[in-house]
Amino acid sequence: MADGERLPAAVPQPEATGPHWGGRARRPQPTGARSLRRYKLLFLLPGLIVLLLIILFPLLFTIRVSFSSWNSSAPGLDWIGAKNYVRLLADGRYWESLGRLAILATATVAIQYVLGFALALLVWREVKAKRFFRVLFLVPMMTTPVIMTVIWRTIFHESLGPANDVLALFGLPAQAWLTSSAPAVVAVMVVEIWQWTPFMLLLLLAGLLSLPREPFLAAAIDGAGPIRTFFRVTFPLMGPISVGAIIIRLIEASKIMETVYVLTSGGPGTATETSSFYIYIRGLRDFQIGYAASLSFAYLVIMIVSLTFIARALNRVLVTRRA
Amino acid sequence: MPRPYTVLKYGAILAWSAFVVAPFLWALTTSFKTINGVTGGPTYIPWLQYQPSLAAWGSLFGSTGGIDIVQPYIDSIVVTSGASAISIVLGTLAAYGLSRFSYRLGPARNSDLVFFFVSQRIMPPVVLGIPFFLMLRFLGLLDSTLGLVVVYIALLLPIAVWVMVDFFNNVPRQLDEMAMLDGCTPLRGFVLVVLPNSLPGIIVAALFCVIFGWNDFFFSFTLTFTQTQLLPVAIVALNSSVTPWWTLSASALISVAPLVVIAVLVERYLSRGHLAGAIR
Repeated sequence: MADGERLPAAVPQPEATGPHWGGRARRPQPTGARSLRRYKLLFLLPGLIVLLLIILFPLLFTIRVSFSSWNSSAPGLDWIGAKNYVRLLADGRYWESLGRLAILATATVAIQYVLGFALALLVWREVKAKRFFRVLFLVPMMTTPVIMTVIWRTIFHESLGPANDVLALFGLPAQAWLTSSAPAVVAVMVVEIWQWTPFMLLLLLAGLLSLPREPFLAAAIDGAGPIRTFFRVTFPLMGPISVGAIIIRLIEASKIMETVYVLTSGGPGTATETSSFYIYIRGLRDFQIGYAASLSFAYLVIMIVSLTFIARALNRVLVTRRA
Repeated sequence: MPRPYTVLKYGAILAWSAFVVAPFLWALTTSFKTINGVTGGPTYIPWLQYQPSLAAWGSLFGSTGGIDIVQPYIDSIVVTSGASAISIVLGTLAAYGLSRFSYRLGPARNSDLVFFFVSQRIMPPVVLGIPFFLMLRFLGLLDSTLGLVVVYIALLLPIAVWVMVDFFNNVPRQLDEMAMLDGCTPLRGFVLVVLPNSLPGIIVAALFCVIFGWNDFFFSFTLTFTQTQLLPVAIVALNSSVTPWWTLSASALISVAPLVVIAVLVERYLSRGHLAGAIR
């Protein structure tokens, strides 16, 4: 955000009369301070109010319901104190799903970052048919994840899908992709990487295209080769953009659920069950609304806290202080 | 440039292209199969390995008792475009305000307000599922396109604000000051001068809204049943039944096809540098 040149907050001025807005409020001319205030709110409030109306109820409702025993046999808001949260603390399946999510999200986003950065560099400068490849590389993120996952499910079919044919091409043994634990995790990761590396590519390429030219000219004059230029110029300059892209992707990856739902339904066993999917099972399948609400709220708090820490850590590692 | 490097570069590009294209090619070839083409193991080349048929494509349009994909398609278009349009209007107004004026709502300042908008993306859909269900039931909007539009606004408005705030921060301030000096009210100046110069940003925001609206599955899955059905739900419903792979493939291809056009548009604005501000 561009700081600095923002207008100071409108202060009611008794002599303010005309409807004119005096540009910079620093100039004390007949500024319609009251009308300016009205316009300010006119811009912000419609969006803010609509969002608050739509989002506030669900959030407050979730918090309230998390202190009730609402379930399919006894629907309604009673008050059972923190019982749900006590149960949650001892719910091994919940914590396992969180750990699984942490590993899955971190691993896929890390791979997406490396691949996305490499691909962005490949189509950044002079490449034949540059724009064609840019479009092609963006296509997966435009396609509906859940629909493509249905296709992926047929690809990973043990005997009728092509995934095992591809393995055979490299002389590798066939896998029971969706019915044994490790391959199922790999399958979920492959789909996530296919779907969302383009988003990383998009953000990083937009960043690369916005970099100033001068540092690269300076590097060229100093006779730095491509590898040296990358580590000394490109990568440091991309620091803040990298942090932004990784955080955005982590936020989206933490919600992973549709891939799991279609591909494996969390299975085999709970091998691919992520937090969202577990909450979904408890809430919308078992109809333990109260308990699911406590899971949701705890999940939200954990997400916000851990994302804040991750953002801070990434900023320290990737954003170098410039002299 | 050394030759091995060039070889490596194009090798990498082609390898990734193959990975990107593979699922589409698989779906395309599957869509021309019949039951015999599928159950014999994976086959790829029509005529050589299996006898192609147009049955799957025909069944999409309700010809031979297949699924009717036309109504879900229309519903998807209505919901996505309705929610996107409202989000863009509200988001653009709010973003312009947040970029030009300073607000103090209680303890919240501008940066907090922007964070409030954008942070809604952190909320996992599953947390919102049940409250939205009850909210729409209370409003009598369950199982309706209007209900989904309301819900999708909550998903898309943050995206619109996110893209537009950064865009407006890069639109020179002199532009609106000129308009004000000419005697325009802030609103008139915004509509007549700032908006026409912000079209690229608005289009980028709209593209993102359409992508995330069109591709949502969870909310249309939990909030609609029989009257309204969006495309992803209609197609996943095929998955759970006997799984006719050919129909599945054909319907998948036809529902992701329009979004490929969006990829072309996104690339155009990307190459012109209009996406740069959005990620800082």
